[in-house]
Amino acid sequence: MTEVVATNQTILVVGGGISGMTAALEAAEAGAQVVLVEKRPYLGGRTSQLYKYFPKLCHPTCGLEINQRRAKMNPNLTILTSAEVTGLEGEPGNYTATVKITPTYVNDNCTACGECAKAVEAEFDDEYNYGLSKRKGAYLPHVMAHPMKYVLDPRIIGTDDAQKAKDACKYDAIDLDMEEREINFPVGAVVWATGWQPYDAAKIQPYGYDRFENVISSVEFERMADPKGPTGGKIVRPSDGKEAKNVAFIQCAGSRDRNHLWHCSRICCMASLKQTHYVVDAYGDDAQVSIYYIDIRAIDRFEDFYARVKAMDNVKFIKSKVASITLNKENGNPVLNGVDTEGYHRYANEHDLVVLAIGMQPSVGMDEFPVEVSLNREGFIEPSEENGGVFPAGCAADALDVNRAVQSATGAALKAIQVVNRVAGAEG
Amino acid sequence: MSDLNTRMIEKYRNDFLKEVEANVEEGEWVKMCMQCGVCSGSCPLGKHWAHPPQEIFMMIRAGKREEVLTSDSMWMCTSCYNCIVRCPRELPITHIMHGLATYSKKLGLVPKGQPTATFAEIFWNNMMKKGRVNELKLGLSLYFKDGFGQGIKNAMANQKLGMSMMKAKRMSPAEFFGGHGIKDVGGLQKMIKKAQELEEARMKKFD
Ligand SMILES: Cc1cc2nc3c(=O)[nH]c(=O)nc-3n(C[C@H](O)[C@H](O)[C@H](O)COP(=O)(O)OP(=O)(O)OC[C@H]3O[C@@H](n4cnc5c(N)ncnc54)[C@H](O)[C@@H]3O)c2cc1C
Ligand code: SF4
Ligand code: SF4
Ligand code: SF4
Ligand code: SF4
Repeated sequence: MTEVVATNQTILVVGGGISGMTAALEAAEAGAQVVLVEKRPYLGGRTSQLYKYFPKLCHPTCGLEINQRRAKMNPNLTILTSAEVTGLEGEPGNYTATVKITPTYVNDNCTACGECAKAVEAEFDDEYNYGLSKRKGAYLPHVMAHPMKYVLDPRIIGTDDAQKAKDACKYDAIDLDMEEREINFPVGAVVWATGWQPYDAAKIQPYGYDRFENVISSVEFERMADPKGPTGGKIVRPSDGKEAKNVAFIQCAGSRDRNHLWHCSRICCMASLKQTHYVVDAYGDDAQVSIYYIDIRAIDRFEDFYARVKAMDNVKFIKSKVASITLNKENGNPVLNGVDTEGYHRYANEHDLVVLAIGMQPSVGMDEFPVEVSLNREGFIEPSEENGGVFPAGCAADALDVNRAVQSATGAALKAIQVVNRVAGAEG
Repeated sequence: MSDLNTRMIEKYRNDFLKEVEANVEEGEWVKMCMQCGVCSGSCPLGKHWAHPPQEIFMMIRAGKREEVLTSDSMWMCTSCYNCIVRCPRELPITHIMHGLATYSKKLGLVPKGQPTATFAEIFWNNMMKKGRVNELKLGLSLYFKDGFGQGIKNAMANQKLGMSMMKAKRMSPAEFFGGHGIKDVGGLQKMIKKAQELEEARMKKFD
């Protein structure tokens, strides 16, 4: 079990997504002592659930792997997974953090051999795949998980499955008596990088996300396109498993809307342009993509990416916020209804599959922060004196793509270093 | 064309948006429209008109004064409020539509024989007499708006509706002879007059 050695010159990083990892590594490599606390059993956050990155269309695992290697090599960095910051008291240069560590029932002996998963029978929705597939009650969160350790689902504890898992393990890695722990330690400054969550698509009632199987969200589509994902990388319809060649994207699903999220989520135009490549790569000339949009916000250097997608013959851009989705009961096709702004033509277009380019909202609710911070109307942390020694990074600060999240994290790390350096200076 | 219309054309020249902001109820919201199209797509009546709300708002910005003010579109709005509920920018679309209708009426630009406009006028006159709507007379004048023969036909066709309204005490045959009113009809009429004056004053303010 990891012990935490910390002082009031230590930097606490909350959240181990790309932003938190970046902030932690930058600070540690600059010589600061860092404790990184991540709620999930593994690092990487939501980028680990993406298939490819825009704009280069490379795989996120590549960047994450480099970061994991950097983390392993750095003695200044302590990583706590399955851990959550539940309290933070004090002032810049002198905070006490309270962290709750949830048991995974698996210790560091685990070799990820996978025998426990084979022995266990109970299955649950796989959160890594946004519930598109099932996983066992003993599982590796995903194939590239870091730390590379299995986890027992707390729901099997006390059932036969738990014992079966333990009996299957040849390395004495399963400890069914593990309990929740709470630890306290001093820190001087905090980088808050808890990231984002997708807006609840079911709240956009006229789109019928909860009624129509072939209406899915963009985060689910990322998993579907991934060869390691729930469909083995096949772009198919959830209702009947048929190939989905005629795919529609609905932009601003939940964003830029006073009934939902007021802000523009900034990444979803690019995400749909990227996902258009997934469809075209899968079906070539047979692919047909329609993007329903208000404005395409492919900012600065992303303009080229947009131009290239626009030039594709089998991609249509329809300037219109779709009013409603209905179902063609005969073939399970979602039917998109609305009026086209370029000419005001009324349409009712059928597609095989509809992807909602879902908005981004902060993962921590407005009243769930364990510490006083200044929040804007959307719940993102605003830079402010009020925040004391707490510095927001990445999507906890705003809806950002990876590149901008990383920049923001580097800035936050620098601010945190300044605080702990002042402490060091004062203490001599 | 009315004098007021000529005056307004001169006053606002090429800036119809400004004219709408000054003279139309909730008109100052028009510029907030981001042309997303959700209102048009959600409007149950949209199919039956020349221009859905989104298009009307764009036409206002484009200065298509004549086309907007003589259009029948705003007269077709049933106040279902679908559009308001859906608009991502919370434009009071229904109110703007009615505001445009009122304004076009004021300027004498309503298309001839537009049924909802005719009904609105009958309703208004009926209500102003007694301070309450006389359902029977309202119904009758509506049936007979296109002449006596058509009126009888209309009345026969809607006999059942009339009978059930009577049963539910929503309409009484006694209404034909005068009918019930409010206590102070004169007071109401004064109040309305004052409101109309205030509105005139508001229009003058935007010089
Ligand atoms: C459909 C879609 C496609 C996208 N594609 C791209 C792309 O191609 N290229 C690109 O640049 N960007 C893309 N993005 C954006 C990208 O996902 C984000 O920029 C990135 O995830 C931001 O990382 P983050 O670390 O700030 O947040 P997250 O990835 O959300 O990480 C936050 C971490 O904090 C943890 N956490 C949360 N609360 C707590 C707590 N209380 N205590 C401890 N830990 C906590 C979470 O478990 C998580 O691991 C896409 C987004 C979407 C929606
Ligand atoms: S817990 Fe044991 S059985 Fe399960 S993967 Fe780890 S080493 Fe293998
Ligand atoms: S990035 Fe595009 S899809 Fe996303 S909210 Fe902004 S305009 Fe809408
Ligand atoms: S819904 Fe609102 S913003 Fe969209 S076109 Fe209609 S009025 Fe404009
Ligand atoms: S309120 Fe009027 S304009 Fe709005 S949706 Fe209903 S009928 Fe259409």
